[in-house]
Amino acid sequence: MWQGGDTPGEDLAVITFEHVAKSYPDGTRAVEDFSAEVPVGSTTVLVGSSGCGKTTLLRMVNRMVQPSSGRVLLDGRDVASQDPVTLRRGIGYVMQSGGLLPHRRVLDNIATVPLLEGVSKKDAHGRALELMDLVGLDRSMARRYPHQLSGGQQQRVGVARALAADPAVLLMDEPFAAVDPLVRRDLQQWLLGLQGELGKTVLFITHDIAEALLLGDQILILAPGAQVAQRGTGEEILAQPANDFVRDFVGLAAGERVLHPSGSGDRTVLLDAQGRAVGVLGEPGQHR
Amino acid sequence: MIQLRAALDWLADGQNWTGAHGAGVLVWQHLWYSLLAVAIAAAVAIPVGWWVGHTRRGRGLAVGVTGAARALPTLGLVTLLGLMLGVGLQAPILALVVLAIPSVLAGAYSSLEAVDPQVVDGARASGMSELQVLSKVEVPLGMPVLVGGLRSAMLQVIATATLAAYVGGGGLGRLLFLGLKTQRYDLMLAASLLVIALALASEVVFTLLQQLLTPVSARR
Repeated sequence: MWQGGDTPGEDLAVITFEHVAKSYPDGTRAVEDFSAEVPVGSTTVLVGSSGCGKTTLLRMVNRMVQPSSGRVLLDGRDVASQDPVTLRRGIGYVMQSGGLLPHRRVLDNIATVPLLEGVSKKDAHGRALELMDLVGLDRSMARRYPHQLSGGQQQRVGVARALAADPAVLLMDEPFAAVDPLVRRDLQQWLLGLQGELGKTVLFITHDIAEALLLGDQILILAPGAQVAQRGTGEEILAQPANDFVRDFVGLAAGERVLHPSGSGDRTVLLDAQGRAVGVLGEPGQHR
Repeated sequence: MIQLRAALDWLADGQNWTGAHGAGVLVWQHLWYSLLAVAIAAAVAIPVGWWVGHTRRGRGLAVGVTGAARALPTLGLVTLLGLMLGVGLQAPILALVVLAIPSVLAGAYSSLEAVDPQVVDGARASGMSELQVLSKVEVPLGMPVLVGGLRSAMLQVIATATLAAYVGGGGLGRLLFLGLKTQRYDLMLAASLLVIALALASEVVFTLLQQLLTPVSARR
């Protein structure tokens, strides 16, 4: 399944899902038959309602879940053939609750993987301090414990921990879902900036379509059983929603995402579904 | 009240504390038996409890064994083991070990069950091996619950270690049985007071230990 692209090598998939399925002994089928590719250096967002199997898919990559059938390839190698501990140390994982070690200081939390790998405490802590700068945490917090930080700060620590071993791949499982909307917007913008700087291959999970549209180079809208309702860029999905499910999911059906032009004065003002002005219409091709 | 007064007088008499069969020696023996029994129980039950708590396997069996062991009457067990193993320390220590195991075992597996599963999941997903998850995350975070199990085991054992004297061992039971046979109720009361004092001292020590071993994050 070559995805095209002008220069071979640039669009190489880092993560490949090949017909993976997951069913549980009680008969629940979390994932029916899922195939996808996550291209190198880009952000792919899996978006769907809770229980659609998206977290299951994510956790297949670092072998926290074993697929019932199918394979997951990382850099072309089946993850099932790799030692889970080594595999996981090479993949950054950020989870919703932060999952930080409550009995360790921020610095030791960030340095978890390097310390496990036998890096000296001094070097690991030095690197952890640099990462604190990178994720926008004041160095004065280094010696605090996770419960002494706000939710947003804990998530930054979680991201710093995931980056500590400098992995090529980041798995992010609704990392910003548990923080309040203002902080969330802040973190999303910050992640966009960080991604521009680092160019990691990111597989991102969310139930929030706005977050998916903001962060995703590629978006996969998932229906229950992790069936792909549509895949494409945000623009493609909004321009040509594949079916009613997608139209409904992205808010086109209810008109939430539809803006109406209002021709007063020199510029075309855009109004949302409630008739509130949200912006003006720019010239085509002028977006960043 | 008269008996209590007599018991206190007995305790206050320095002469009763000295000598090979004085209260001082008996208190130390009592404490020694209790510590030995709890230590053996811990050596057996903590690894098993951690295994059950970490793998979440065999929990039903552990609960069953715990319940069954709790239902065993220790006096009967001491008598039975005494008949099998003869007079001496083996029988009462073994019976006390059996008495201590349920609390320690329950403390060990529930100490791991009390740890936030998200934290364990995060640790595993960051690349900790199972042994590292256990030793660096589950055990330290579960420590207060485990110490709680040891604490209640110690309390039960101290209260029951008097039975050692029943099959010829030492400890404060010796005073108790002596008083019983000679109808010296002041002596029995004095022995009981000493057992109570030991139990309270153990509670104090374990409370301090529990606080000391509680991870910083959980103290507040």
